[in-house]
Parts: sequence; C-alpha cells; structure tokens
Amino acid sequence: MIYFAKWKIFTILGVCLFGLIFAAPNFLTSRQAASLPSWVPSKQFSLGLDLQGGSHLLLEVKVETVIKERLASLVDSMRTELRKARIQYGNLGVTATGATVTIKNPAQLEQARTLLRVLDGDTTIATSDAGRIDLTLTEKAIRDRRSAAIDQSIEIVRRRIDETGVREPTIQRQGDNRILVQLPGLNDPERVKRLLGKTAKLAFHMVDSRPVSESLAGRTPPGSIRLPSADQVGPGGRPREYLLKKRVLVSGDTLIDAEPTFQNNEPVVSFRFDTIGAKRFGKATSENVGKLFAIVLDGKVISAPRINEPILGGSGVISGNFTVQSAQDLALLLRAGALPAPLSILEERSVGPGLGADSIAAGKIASIVGMLLVVVFMVVVYGRFGLMADIALIFNVILIIAGLSVLQATLTLPGIAGIVLTIGMAVDANVLVFERIREETRAGRTPISSIDAGYSRAIRTIIDANVTTLIAAVLMYQFGSGPVRGFAVTLAIGIVTSMFTAIMLTRLMVATWLRRTRPDTLPI
Amino acid sequence: MRGLHLIPPGVNIGFISRKNLFFVFSAFLVLSSIGLYVAKGLNYGIDFKGGILMEIKTTAGPADIGKMRGTLTGLNLGDVSLQEFGAPNEIMITVQSQKGGEKAQAAAVNSIKKALGDNIEYRRTEFVGPKVSQELLMDGIYAVSAAMFAILLYVWFRFEWQFGLAAVVALVHDVMSTIGIFSLLGMEFNLTTVAAVLTIAGYSINDTVVVFDRVRENLRRYKSMPLPELLNKSVNETLSRTIMTSFTTLLALLALYVLGGEVIRGFSFAMIWGIVVGTYSSICLAVPMLLYLNLQRRGGAKDTDSNKQEAAV
Repeated sequence: MIYFAKWKIFTILGVCLFGLIFAAPNFLTSRQAASLPSWVPSKQFSLGLDLQGGSHLLLEVKVETVIKERLASLVDSMRTELRKARIQYGNLGVTATGATVTIKNPAQLEQARTLLRVLDGDTTIATSDAGRIDLTLTEKAIRDRRSAAIDQSIEIVRRRIDETGVREPTIQRQGDNRILVQLPGLNDPERVKRLLGKTAKLAFHMVDSRPVSESLAGRTPPGSIRLPSADQVGPGGRPREYLLKKRVLVSGDTLIDAEPTFQNNEPVVSFRFDTIGAKRFGKATSENVGKLFAIVLDGKVISAPRINEPILGGSGVISGNFTVQSAQDLALLLRAGALPAPLSILEERSVGPGLGADSIAAGKIASIVGMLLVVVFMVVVYGRFGLMADIALIFNVILIIAGLSVLQATLTLPGIAGIVLTIGMAVDANVLVFERIREETRAGRTPISSIDAGYSRAIRTIIDANVTTLIAAVLMYQFGSGPVRGFAVTLAIGIVTSMFTAIMLTRLMVATWLRRTRPDTLPI
Repeated sequence: MRGLHLIPPGVNIGFISRKNLFFVFSAFLVLSSIGLYVAKGLNYGIDFKGGILMEIKTTAGPADIGKMRGTLTGLNLGDVSLQEFGAPNEIMITVQSQKGGEKAQAAAVNSIKKALGDNIEYRRTEFVGPKVSQELLMDGIYAVSAAMFAILLYVWFRFEWQFGLAAVVALVHDVMSTIGIFSLLGMEFNLTTVAAVLTIAGYSINDTVVVFDRVRENLRRYKSMPLPELLNKSVNETLSRTIMTSFTTLLALLALYVLGGEVIRGFSFAMIWGIVVGTYSSICLAVPMLLYLNLQRRGGAKDTDSNKQEAAV
C-alpha cells in the first residue's frame, strides 16, 4: 500500500497532466485557442444551444406526398397508354400503394395486361375478376423513393440555410423521415422557418384563354387546371383564380441561377435557364407570342405576363407583388432548388444570447459555490485526508472538462447541473474509503493496515455503487435528446473520473504521506 | 487535526425495530402520491403536452402582466398563462397546444410576437408539436422503466435476487414519491424532470448498494447473529458514510437551487427531494425488507471470525 510501482505513479500523474493540458484551452477565448501552435491541444468543448443561444428545429418530410405524386403520374401514363391503344376502360384510380383500372371489353384484357406490365419497371401487375387490373409499386421502389426524397430534402435544406449565411449549422437526418437543424447564434429563426416552409416548385404554364367564370360554374375542362393567385384578390374576397393549361412548359429544375433585382423600380427576380430549359422556353415563347403565360410557385400563380416576343436568350424576369425581402427569398429558394416534398416543423427551441449568457454566469457561480462548500466541509470532517480528497476533487473537475473537450461533447445547462451534482457525489468514493479506514482504526488496526484494509474493502463497494449510476446515465443518453443528453454525458464522464481520482489519486497522496511521516495514529 | 464525526462512532439506532413505522410511512407516501397523480395529475410542461413556451424580457421597465394577459387572451389561443420568472421584467408565457397540427403552432408563435409588439427581448421560444410531445413522453417512460430493469438485473447479478428486489422496491418508492411531490406542488414536469428522476434512481440505488454490500459482508462474517440484529448493525456501520455523502451532494445541489437560475430550479428541487427520499428509503425501507425475502445464509451456523471482530470493537 505504501509503495506504489513506478509505472503506476507515472500513469496517475500522467493522466492528471493530460487532463490539465486538454482542459486548458477551454479557459482561453476561441481566438486565443485557434492561435495556439498546432502541436498543442486546442480543442474546446462546444456550448449547447441553450447556453450560447440559437435555434433547434425538428422538421418532418412529408414523404407520403412523394409517393402520392408517383402514383398520380402512374395513373396518368396508364390513361395515355390505354387511350393510345383504344382500349375501353373504367374505374381508373389510385389505390394505397398502386393504381387500378377495369377493362370493359374482356377481349382486350390480355392486350391491356401486356401493355401495362411493361409500363413501369417498379410495379407488379395482378388481374382479378371482371377485368380488373392492379398495378402495385414494389416495396423496394417505395423505400428507394422515400429514402431519395429525404436525402434530397436534407441537401436542399442545407443549401437554403447556407444561403442565409448562418454560421456552422448542423443538419442531420433523424429517424425515418425527420431532419434535425441546429442553428447556433440565430435567435430569431423566422426567416429560416419561412424559407423552409416553402417547397419552391416553380413551373411555367400557358394560360387557358377560355374565361375562368365558365369553368367556375361547371367543371374544369380536361387538360386544364384552376389555380389561385398568390396575392390578387378576386370576387367574394377569395383569391383570384386562373385557368391554366395543365401541361408544364418549363419547370423550375432547369433553372441555374436566380438573383433579386429591380425593374422599373420594382423588386423582381431575374433567372437563367440551363441549355435544355432555354431551348424549351425559347420554343414555347416563339409559338405563343401575344398570349399569356403563368409563373406558378407551389400551386399559386405569382404573375401571368403577356409574351411580347420570343425569349431566346434563356433568361427572364419574374415580376409580381414583391417586396425587397420576398424577392430575395424567392431568388434564394430558386437557386437552392425545390424540395421533393413539403416540410413541417415539429419542434422549435430557440434561446436568445441574453438568457444563454445568464445561464452560463449562474452555472459558474453555482459550481464554484457548491465546490467551495464541499471542499470546506470535507476538511472539517476529515482534516488532512479531507484536504487530499479536495485536491482530487479539483482534478476531477479538470478531468471532466478535459473529457468533454476530447470527446468534443456539448455542454448544456443540465450538463452544468451534472457537473455540480458530480462535485457533490465525487467525494462519495473518498468518504467510503475514509469511513472504512475509521472503522478499521477503531477495530484496533495500525494506521498502515487500516488504510490498506480501508482501500481494498471499499473499492468493490465503490464500483458496484457507481455502475448503477452509470447505467442510469447510459439510458438517459439513449432515450434523451438535446440538453438531457448533455446531462447524461457529463454525469457519465464525472462518474468515471471520480472513480479514478478517488481510487488512484487520493490513494497515491495518502501513500506518499504515510511513507514520509509513518504516523502512530491516523488524524482522521 | 482530528476530523469531525457527524455520526458518533459505535452508534446503534434501532432502525429495524421501527420497521413497521417506516413501512406505514412509506405506504402512506406512495399511496398518497398515486392518489395525487390520479386525482390532480401532473403539471406537464410543453415537452409532454405540446404547446408554446416563451420567456420574454421587457426592455422598458417592469412588465404589465395584466395588460399582456388581456392582449394575449384576445388572440383566441385557448389556455394562456403568464407568470413572473425571476425578475419583474421577465415573464414566462405558456400557451396550450393549438388545434390543427404543427402548422398551427408556428402560426400562433407569430401572432403572439406580433401582438406583444416592440421593446421585448425574446429570451426563449419553444414550441413542441403534438407528435413530438407524445414521443418524448413515451421515451421518458421507456427510459425510467429500462433504468429500473437494468438496475434490477445488475443488483441481482452482483448480489442475489432478494437484494435486487428490495433495491427496486425502494427505487419505485423514490420515483413515485417524486412524482407525488411534483403533483402536490403543481411544479412543472418536463424533460429535465425526467433526467432528475433517472439520476435519483441511480443515486438512490447507489446508497442502497453500499448498505447491501455491508449486509453481505456481515452475513459472511457473523453466521449465527440473528438477521434483524445483523441488518441493524450493517445500517449503523454505514450510517456515517450514507449521511456524509448525502450531505455533500445536498450542499452542491443547494448551491445549484439557489444560484443556478430559474431554468434549472425545478431540476434541482427534484434532485434535492430525491436525495432525501433516496437516503431514507435505502436505510429504512430496502434493508428491513430483506427480513421478509427469505435471505439464504451460506455455510453452517458457526461464527468464523466474529469473536475476534467483536473483541476488537
């Protein structure tokens, strides 16, 4: 007990030294830390959004929309094929995971079957009584489609947020169809929320020249659609409606650039097509000079200008009722691209920098006061041994900070609470040992043998007792989110470091003291 | 310099002889907690019931809560509550979950901001939609149940099943009475409270394990000592440590409760309560319960080294 193997002493002191070195950068400002030479550890633990201020958004990708669109286009192509082959059909429609059609003439059933089987490689075909044919999307196709939609959504979300200039955003997939967005330093995420709330699907349609009122009274003519205006108000206070040709002339995915600019002192958005888009747009405008075409964003008509001359240069201008801000936003959305499916915000947590700073200040004071109370109390109760436990306690806090830095963990407000709690609990291992030493001394053992017995008997208890807390911490990490995870991390690190400092570091100090003084009685 | 003894050496308090008193008290604690939970329920925070929470600070003098309440009630958002939060110009606003899914929550946040106007610093804005709040609640329940199960397994593995069972009963007692006190005081029950409950579970079991460890040691050492006496001896021998550790932890937590700020006050409160109840349940509930669980004592009825040990005391 008195004699520690040399390698053990080196290891213990080495760990403490590394702790100091790795914890040190956190006491510098981030600029000072960055200016350190590269061989010096300069990693700092990061502060959670609740401490540095920022926004946490949990988004959900409405993937069903993608599948629905897929099925709608499947039905469209079935209709086209059947019509082309002059097959009589009825009951054409979408089912849960596919489409169905009933062939009226039994003689044509086989022909229809052959036709539809090769229509879409992602479907399986089944025929049942009375000429009914079912096309079902394979599970793999649905899965691939969903997964692609989410990957693409994450990419678009990233582009949109990057365009707003937020520093160091975190964007990650969570679960099956969710995206977690963390925006440090952003107090008011209104603009980001507004930008993420738009799908930004842009399309150019020709305006159907028939009057809208006719279609309002009856049914919309086939091949046309009715869409509301984005900002114009029609009769009865409802948005004005437009009747448009269903066919898309050019879609937004052929855009390669968009910029906010001014035209006649009005904010507008100028855009440029890629070669394919430019060719299509040129052809469409040449064929329809003098007619109206509509610019449609997310199912709403932004504006419907007249084509005065063919637009062959592949660039154009979208005018509408824009403010400077909304023109900027639209340009940004068009540059970043359309989301494959709408997003909804499930959860938002934003903390202003003021509250974060207050929390840090309060946490610091609470930690220091808590620590002082414990330190004084330990000296009062255990005297010289208490002092040794206190030194170990200080190293414990240093090691926690070092651990957080090395693991690049995030310190949250509950995390600070975890540190304060660990300060209280960390002395537990020492208390266990010291109380055991007291007992052994009372049982009549010599100082050296009671200290020896105290340590060897208490260690098992210490491990058993700490493993249970560790279990709780691991489960907290597993099931918790954000701040609670921060708490679990500091708690877990604190348990491990407190076991090290109590069993190794204090023991080394006690042994050194014993060897130097060889006391007859223990001052405990 | 000789240390201070919080608990005088050789103390012998009759914990086991008062076991019925403790059992009645604990039964009362647990039953009234269940009663409160059923009758009054918990004041769930937005984490679990969904809704909007805003912490604001008026930059021009103290806030006129009455006027703000009027303004916000006029928005027809259902239940709106405003309370001072730490200082006269700091207010916490909570608004119930809005009908109409996720979109409606975001819209309500905007309308509140518009209604409150200028001269306001938004210190915190949170909204949790109905989908997420359901999941968070389930996750919390899973986490607490899984923690108890894992601890039961661990104690069973390290000791024997009787110890595991007694430890988990004490644990359930602590968790339930924590929920009870939250219901009684109407304190907000949120995600950090669940974290506190899990920590209480870990801490309380920590205390129990230390006492059980001594019981196991004494069972091997004093093979013929009557069980009640042996249990009482074990509790008294570890009493000093139990009180010391609880006390240092309480010191740190008190600092956190008083100085740590409004946001984690609920958390610190739960922890303080949990430490007190956890310490009580380890000593007065878990140990006496071992009497009824048919502990197996290995080997013969011979005291191996008790004579030597007793002589030494």
